[in-house]
Amino acid sequence: MEGKAFGTLLLIISFICLPACGQNKPVDSNNAGSEPSATYIENKGSDTLVNLALAWAEEYQKRFPEIQISVTGGGSGTGFAALINGTIDIANASRGIKQEEIDSARELGFEPVEHIVANDAIAVIINPTNPVEKLTLDQVSRIYKGEITNWQDVGGEDRPIVKLSRETNSGTHVYFLETVVRLGSKEDISIFSRDTLLLPSSEGIISEVRDNPNAIGYDGLGYVTEDVKMVALAPKAGDAYILPAAATVINGTYPISRHLFMVTRGQPQGIQQKYLEWIISDDAQAIVAELGFVPVLGE
Amino acid sequence: MREGLPALKEIDFSTFFATRWYPIEDLFGIIPLISGSLIVTIFSMLIALPFGIGTAIYIGEIAPQKVNEILKPLVEILAGIPSVVLGFIGILVLSPAMRVGLNLPTGLTALTGAVLLALISIPTIVSLTEDAFYAVPGSYRQAAYALGATHWQVIWHVVIPAARSGILNAVMLGIGRSLGETMAVMMVTGNAPTIFSGLESFIAPVRTMTATIASEMGEVATGSVHYHILFFIGIILFLFSLVINITSSSFSARPKRGNDQVVS
Repeated sequence: MEGKAFGTLLLIISFICLPACGQNKPVDSNNAGSEPSATYIENKGSDTLVNLALAWAEEYQKRFPEIQISVTGGGSGTGFAALINGTIDIANASRGIKQEEIDSARELGFEPVEHIVANDAIAVIINPTNPVEKLTLDQVSRIYKGEITNWQDVGGEDRPIVKLSRETNSGTHVYFLETVVRLGSKEDISIFSRDTLLLPSSEGIISEVRDNPNAIGYDGLGYVTEDVKMVALAPKAGDAYILPAAATVINGTYPISRHLFMVTRGQPQGIQQKYLEWIISDDAQAIVAELGFVPVLGE
Repeated sequence: MREGLPALKEIDFSTFFATRWYPIEDLFGIIPLISGSLIVTIFSMLIALPFGIGTAIYIGEIAPQKVNEILKPLVEILAGIPSVVLGFIGILVLSPAMRVGLNLPTGLTALTGAVLLALISIPTIVSLTEDAFYAVPGSYRQAAYALGATHWQVIWHVVIPAARSGILNAVMLGIGRSLGETMAVMMVTGNAPTIFSGLESFIAPVRTMTATIASEMGEVATGSVHYHILFFIGIILFLFSLVINITSSSFSARPKRGNDQVVS
């Protein structure tokens, strides 16, 4: 009996120790601004960019099998935080870097460098059964501030407007806040209305808009699917109403389009530099168009 | 503690107890979050307790063995469903049904969250309550029958009071589970920081403390004000659980076992 108890104890202790022995983390990615890893790139940030970044990573790894690239989402804010904390090499962002983030980076001894890697349009989407076809930016702004609450007031049916948005850590959210809700004005401090639903993913927004006739949402063009309807937008009443598409983003007629960035600690070197150079080459930009975004070279 | 308490120094109280949560513009009012968590938890308990305790009474005291053989595994299966899966079912099935059935603007509401939380807590409540009933000595029941009580009178007036502390324990664990649930509520409550304003609030979107911490922790810079506030919200959650546990232990009066033998 005693031997049996002892044996069990030994077994339990060895199970506890086993995970501790086996750890073999990949090449240290905790750069303090000095030598980046020779074969491993860690890429994190914007959910808008994540599918594109993944497609690029896969294609690049096919051509250069010795390089490993890891891609995660989490939102532009998450990416910047990780870049500043030193846990990643390249941050993906769907918005420009904020002053506080630049300051934090400088305090830690590096200068963040933004590279434009693609362009994106934000589409305002509604349920396919909603009769509304076009809105001005001002109307969209007032809807999201809570000033317009019924579809009747913008030419639709008598239904309450349910507003959907991304969470506050999303670059898409911040961009929409600055460009649409505040209509580009720096002095304006209005924010989304309190009852705007903040959904944790783009998929959540598409799902609710597809299903709910009262819903209005916004999302990057690359995420819009066939089963929701896009609204044509005009910068002011009286201007032409334009639907989002690659052509209208490139010729500047679509009012809400933006750059998508990859941000590095200082000027990129070694494999990071090669990767970024490849990204703005024609091969990589072809992938951009396939995924519904707008290539850089079109400008 | 270390990460959360600095929040008290950095923000003055009026901002803290403000009513608007919008962290990227430094609006840190936590009242909507507390309100959200409380609404969803209380409502889920209003649904879960009758169902849970009722099911336990049925399984433990009334149902014949054959029914139990099906019913008990079903409850166990419900316990095994991951909360994310329930969240998916919530988004795809429950939420549209709520919207159409109750004629609401959207189905992403506190009520939907409460229903999912009830589904998550019911297995816990059922098993603990059933254990409490099982622990009531058979002699109590036999004595009651000997005095001429009907089956229902035995259950209601003898077994349940005797199992009081166990039932309370089950309730407290159920509340704790609901309060701490993150994924399911994050997917179906809409995450809009509204404040309780009467009965319509149950069918309006809310934002819980747990969903806030889960959504926003990824983006905060370590050491920033937002970071400390999120930890402080964690402290508040912890305090809520503490209060619940203290309340439950102050109520539970363990029935003294006399000299009667426990019938096995």
